[in-house]
Amino acid sequence: MLATTVRLTGDFDLSEEAVQDAFVAALEQWPRDGAPASPYAWLVSTARNRVVDQLRRRSRFAEKRTEIEQIAVLEPSEIELSDAVMVDDQLRLIFTCCHPALAVEAQVALTLRTVCGLSTEEIARGFLVPVATMAQRLVRVKRKIRDARLPFAMPPREKLAERLDGVMLVVYLVFTEGYAATSGKRWLRRQLSDEAIRLGRLLCELVPQNPELRALLALMLLHDSRRMARTGQDDEIVTLEEQDRELWDRRQIAEGVPLLEAALRQDASGQYALQAAIAAAHARAARAEDTDWAQIARLYEALLQKQPSPVVELNRAAAIAMAESPSTGLALMDALEAKGELAGYYLLPAARADLLRRQSRWREAAEAYGQALKLVTNDPERRYLSRRLAEVEGLQSASGAGIIH
Amino acid sequence: MEYLILIYGSEAQEAKMSQAELGAIYQEYAGFTKSIHQSGNHRGGHQLQPVSTATTVRMRDGKRVVTDGPFAETREQLGGFYLIQAKDLDEALGIAERIPSARWGSIEVRPVVPPHS
Repeated sequence: MLATTVRLTGDFDLSEEAVQDAFVAALEQWPRDGAPASPYAWLVSTARNRVVDQLRRRSRFAEKRTEIEQIAVLEPSEIELSDAVMVDDQLRLIFTCCHPALAVEAQVALTLRTVCGLSTEEIARGFLVPVATMAQRLVRVKRKIRDARLPFAMPPREKLAERLDGVMLVVYLVFTEGYAATSGKRWLRRQLSDEAIRLGRLLCELVPQNPELRALLALMLLHDSRRMARTGQDDEIVTLEEQDRELWDRRQIAEGVPLLEAALRQDASGQYALQAAIAAAHARAARAEDTDWAQIARLYEALLQKQPSPVVELNRAAAIAMAESPSTGLALMDALEAKGELAGYYLLPAARADLLRRQSRWREAAEAYGQALKLVTNDPERRYLSRRLAEVEGLQSASGAGIIH
Repeated sequence: MEYLILIYGSEAQEAKMSQAELGAIYQEYAGFTKSIHQSGNHRGGHQLQPVSTATTVRMRDGKRVVTDGPFAETREQLGGFYLIQAKDLDEALGIAERIPSARWGSIEVRPVVPPHS
């Protein structure tokens, strides 16, 4: 409804208020006068009329007037509301919210506000910023849309792929923000993941048969399937290896895996497809020890070719450690550390500590956990690392006393 | 809707270009200007002398203060501008991306406040 009202009036801000007003008006009038023949058209035209009233009140200039009268002349029956038109309106709204002329964080906030209908308070809590900051961000972005005249339109064909990349990035960021669940209230974060998946589904319907989009939806479903198993009591972190796989959401896996396979048959080869393939490799393993680490290492290698990043390199090293031996992985991580790109990133010493622990090198493992603890910033991760540190320190003194070798 | 298109580039880098390179760029600019004339988007535009010729004026307490140089020193300098007419930002960006300097400098696209608003 919002999407259609924005298309008819060209004004984001006023449309938002007007749609709410239209619902209020419906609650008053329908019980009294009976529901109209076409409730949706009634709501849209009521919202449209509110916007027109507002614009009339604001504008004293003849030039603007003509523009407003053009919006006002459409009769409710002339407002086209076929499914196809509503799909187009939704798409236009998404592409406008994710326009590259807007800062990425503003794109994310605006999409959640206007496409998903989250309140400013909910978005602010989801991203751990004060409500006033988020409100200001939204005001600023809507002002830019109006004053720089961002089109409420589908991008032209030659720009579609590039623009769809931007839309997918926004969906991906909303999802990872929710999935990270490293701080903030868990259920709020969960709402972000759910919205991202909903957006992914919507996009797959709106732009059917797009392999990268399908891969993105598969990626989100496969990661999300582990949600219940990822945290224990008191938000304790449970590593993939230690997770109770009975808690994995089989329905999401059953939907995500075929979706990914379909995308791969269509030659999906982007970062979402590779990440989804890694998630699928985990999903296929009935037990942690059944994991095909060699395949996962190859997938990380491919991901590294696509988007070189030290974090991906670290993940690849961890996969190689599992596929071959901890010492091979450690050598790769040492090389990575020497490059210095990950200085200050707690997951590097944490990953080293994990491999040293697997080799029963307790003293070195304790040292590495200590380093990671100095760098970690969120509580659940800190508690996990402290637990591991205590564990290896215990083993170290036990082996020192000649009990364990 | 009118947009001012501000063309920024590094004067130091441009000073290193050969006569032949500069000649080719001027020719490309002439072609671009002609194309936006023909499409009806052109409203105005000029190349500017380098910032070393700039003078800044301020009125403070009724007194004029004149200083040498631009208002702010930046890595890239304003080297020219176009004023264009476009139906929306996408059309304006589509024009801006075709400006030769977009390939090495930066093009800033600013909507002009419409009269009477």
